[in-house]
Amino acid sequence: MKGRLGRALVLALPWSWMALFFVVPFVIVLTIAFAEPSEGLPPYTPLWRWTEEGGPIIQLNLANFRLFLEDPFYLEAGLRSLRVAAVSATLCLLVGYPMALAIARAPERWRTLLLMLVILPFWTSFLLRITAWIGILQDQGWLNGALLALGVIQEPLQLLYTDIALYLGVTYCYLPFMVLPLYATLSKLDPALLEAAEDLGARPSRAFLQVTLPLSMPGVVAGFLLVFIPAVGEFVIPELLGGPDAQLVGRVLWMEFFQNRDWPLASALAVVLLLLLVAPIAIFQARAAREAA
Amino acid sequence: MRRAARLAVPLGIGFAFLYLPILLMVLFSFNDSRLVTTFTGFSTRWYVALWENEALMQAAGLSLRIAAVSATMATVLGVIAGFALARMGRFRGRTAFAGAMAAPLVMPEVITGLSLLLMFVAMEQAFGFPAGRGADTVAIAHATFGAAYVAVVVQARLADFDTSLEEAAMDLGARPWKVFFLITLPLTAPAIAAGWLLAFTLSLDDLVIASFVSGPGASTLPMVIFSAVRLGLTPDLYALATLLVGLVAVGLVIASWIAWPRRRG
Repeated sequence: MKGRLGRALVLALPWSWMALFFVVPFVIVLTIAFAEPSEGLPPYTPLWRWTEEGGPIIQLNLANFRLFLEDPFYLEAGLRSLRVAAVSATLCLLVGYPMALAIARAPERWRTLLLMLVILPFWTSFLLRITAWIGILQDQGWLNGALLALGVIQEPLQLLYTDIALYLGVTYCYLPFMVLPLYATLSKLDPALLEAAEDLGARPSRAFLQVTLPLSMPGVVAGFLLVFIPAVGEFVIPELLGGPDAQLVGRVLWMEFFQNRDWPLASALAVVLLLLLVAPIAIFQARAAREAA
Repeated sequence: MRRAARLAVPLGIGFAFLYLPILLMVLFSFNDSRLVTTFTGFSTRWYVALWENEALMQAAGLSLRIAAVSATMATVLGVIAGFALARMGRFRGRTAFAGAMAAPLVMPEVITGLSLLLMFVAMEQAFGFPAGRGADTVAIAHATFGAAYVAVVVQARLADFDTSLEEAAMDLGARPWKVFFLITLPLTAPAIAAGWLLAFTLSLDDLVIASFVSGPGASTLPMVIFSAVRLGLTPDLYALATLLVGLVAVGLVIASWIAWPRRRG
């Protein structure tokens, strides 16, 4: 009995903190998504008010969600976000899988150092790493300069503010999130399985496709989701590297909030973004829970 | 030989991709020219310019303060949560608790930022607290997602933790709180320190959440950098990046030295 009370007391602090600053805020976003914008502060109307007879009236404003269905701008932003996130996660997988495999097969004393080298950029300013890509990709940038000097191209290529820049930026920033879970699964693979495949006459390529790859699928899925989920809502990268038409959900939400001061519309966008991500987040959480158990 | 090449090629490509942009920034931070792409000569003038940029220095000071406060709050919350998840078995509401602790890890920042701002506004309307927004609200927001990261690190450390020392202490008659403070806590200290550093760095690096929950007069370093980048690239940004890379490299070496002590013998 005493143990139970003690536990409740220990849990009370983080529980109430997370409830207050993480769970309750979502409920508020959900309610304000159904409010109407207004002048004044805060710039939205309350959902319920008291009539003169003393009863409450609840007004749900569905205009925001109707807008998403009717105005193709929002639908396109949603689809574009999903596409950019999927393409970038795939690129991360293509670069990250060989890296993770190489680290997992490197001599043991090298592994910690190699992993640390993967993580190190993640610890330095995200914004300034994006800034580096502006320097690389802009018209008078390093890449165009190098290509011109080599005579590969005669005129500078438009690279910055294109989808290519967007994919590169997302891939660059989220690569560590792909390599770490992949390494975690690949380093646990039993080398005896590969030896058995080889003894049975499988070539390295076949052993990879039939043994290593299938067994590393949990890492592939975890890494893909860890890149995909935050990339769908990404704001900074499309804002700094993408063109004016690179309107992803996160960027549209930012614009509605900071430029148009339409808090209810921004909230409705947050609800839609969350709905887009419910399935991937649920899969991610279920896998994480299974692994912890 | 072929095996070494198979290892080196993907790592070479991957690390070139990760580090070339950073190396270019470091190189061009010492460029004499205003142009950010042609190297004309060695100079440290951009570091001087950085030092004399008052708005930036002020923002850096504010960001460091917020990061220290929020990382400390995040560590307290995250350590308790990590212990609860690793040690308390299947308590009631465990799944919901684990979900609430892990969700900030994957939640898009625009959602976290917007929802926290609306929460602060609603609280101010209802209780008059927090009055207005600024450094305090940013610190609370950062503590919330920092706690999630600390909890993961601490939980992972406790998962492969030898409990025989704790059992021995209990057998010798130590009370649970004494066992906790004399044995469990010191043995998890490296993970806790690593968690604090992680929360500190994430706070220092956050633009989106801070932009939502901050108020007038409380511009953090990323907010100042962001508005500068939008106006155009200048070499002093490269100087700043170089300083941050250096700082982080030193910090990470120290952190890994604490977290993974060299095995003796």
